[in-house]
Amino acid sequence: MSKKPQKRLTPKQRERRKFLRSIALTAGISGIALLGMVPVLGKWVQRIRPPGALKEEKFLAACIKCGQCVQVCPVEAIKLADMTDGLGVGVPHIEPREQACDFSCDGLQCVLACPTGALIHEISFESEVDMGVAKVVNPTKCLAVQGKGFKGLARGEDFKGKLRYAEIDRWNPIKLADHPYDLELCDLCVRQCPIELNIAKCAAEDAEQKQGKVDLVAVRQKNECAPKHAIELQNINGVMTPVILEGCVGCGVCEMVCPVEPAVIVMDSSESRANSEGMRIL
Amino acid sequence: MSNVIESIRVLLGGAPKRIAKKDLPEEVRELHAHKFADKERIEKIHIELAEKHANPPPERLRRKRWMVLIAVNLLFVLSYHLDIQLLEGALTASRFAGFHMADLNSALQVMLAFKHVVINLVIGTTTVFILWWLLGGRTFCSWVCPYHLVAEWAEMLHLKLVKKGWAKDIQFDRRSRTWLWLVFVILAIVTGYTVYESISPTGILSRALIYGPGVALIWVSLLLLFEIFFSRRAWCRYACPIGLTYGIVGATSPFTVHYKLPNCFHEGECRKVCLVPHVLDTVLKGKAKALEVDIGADCTRCLRCVDACPTGALTFKYKGLSS
Repeated sequence: MSKKPQKRLTPKQRERRKFLRSIALTAGISGIALLGMVPVLGKWVQRIRPPGALKEEKFLAACIKCGQCVQVCPVEAIKLADMTDGLGVGVPHIEPREQACDFSCDGLQCVLACPTGALIHEISFESEVDMGVAKVVNPTKCLAVQGKGFKGLARGEDFKGKLRYAEIDRWNPIKLADHPYDLELCDLCVRQCPIELNIAKCAAEDAEQKQGKVDLVAVRQKNECAPKHAIELQNINGVMTPVILEGCVGCGVCEMVCPVEPAVIVMDSSESRANSEGMRIL
Repeated sequence: MSNVIESIRVLLGGAPKRIAKKDLPEEVRELHAHKFADKERIEKIHIELAEKHANPPPERLRRKRWMVLIAVNLLFVLSYHLDIQLLEGALTASRFAGFHMADLNSALQVMLAFKHVVINLVIGTTTVFILWWLLGGRTFCSWVCPYHLVAEWAEMLHLKLVKKGWAKDIQFDRRSRTWLWLVFVILAIVTGYTVYESISPTGILSRALIYGPGVALIWVSLLLLFEIFFSRRAWCRYACPIGLTYGIVGATSPFTVHYKLPNCFHEGECRKVCLVPHVLDTVLKGKAKALEVDIGADCTRCLRCVDACPTGALTFKYKGLSS
């Protein structure tokens, strides 16, 4: 076996090698960065985005990945995505079964925090949100459909998710695990729906004003009171069934509170992610 | 002005221009010619240096810089976790006491990809531009960027391994950073996505510190391993577009490292510690074009050269403040 003699490179050859090596470095880093396109083009993930999010491609372009929306959320519903989401690394999303957006911040703080307009600044009220829409995927498992009530903790004592119960604490959300229910017929999804609560609150204010209990009600802005209902239990052939209505914004509270495992109602953001302008024009 | 253009040319990867001896100013030529006459002084410096190498003194400015870097990043972390709300967000974009700030490279990527700029982003970008122009541009790298700090630690390990022959320092063409900067600008425009952000170790580390670790840290670790075993400070030297963006901002900054030829005995200690030794081309024997030279745009103002110089030839100055 003969050993190959070590060739001495001329300075010119060395420069050439350095140049080629540098081209390879540039191409390599660009290539690795472009791998981030794979999950996007392959549409691997269909996430629920925070309120005000533009349709997916615009949203990914505009988001500067700073997490300011994460920081202002009082129920910590917003999480940042990891590298497995490719170009979506550091982009916020919500997993409603774990922690839904319950609008307890009053005024869409995440939208106000967003520095780039990835969450559209023109949006003001929860009824204008377009995160997706709830879908009843498993009606036969629904306690209401089965005519059953619900007693106890909606998601067990270890569940960390929070909700605001205005009648308990107007300002601070509390753990779902600290709020037991006792319902003759389970209507948790309707009862806790933020849109339904908003409509009820406005109706109560109107009633009080009619009775002359309050002298002056602040002038309401458009959509401050949700113009359309989001969910109700309908009597369909003698069976009480949850039905999703036009006013549903996809916040995911019904999915979070549903005591059935897996949840009877889940969020579907496909239409929102494909076409949303960031908000619903009502 | 010609200094600024030359400084940007070197920043983009060009080799520093050298002037023929005969074109140098008279006084500079004089100094170059007689620098080595003072044998006694040089002997003294060598003894001092030998002692310094045997018992390395603490690098005071480096420690201060690390403290600032850690403090800034800690402020982000504490603002969120203790709900102080002083510095909200991450390094890519934040709010300092409610005032918008946006990283210049991240903001550029978003503007090019989104092709629409909201007023908050304009405010944030302008604020940060002025801030880093005042502070020296790439000062961001060595005084704030969390990747710079871990890369400095990796570099310490790298140098030890090189001594033992277990690692090598493969060098690349510095123009690769300029190419990458252009690649990511073009990709942002063409694809409509902020492609660079998905691999930015600065953004990944900043978010990991504030919001918790993730899989993305594997990418950062791979970069560090590459630097430890194959190429000293490769990311900051040959790749990072953020560094180039801030370098351009700092090209005309009033804050620079300042070189005084009369004090210099060309020991080369500064170039050994420098992240970007090409900016210190002027300290080589016979290369200085004037008695005093401001170090160029690619300089991160880390001030390690100031600590390393045995004869006080390198200092930092703020134009208009110090004489």
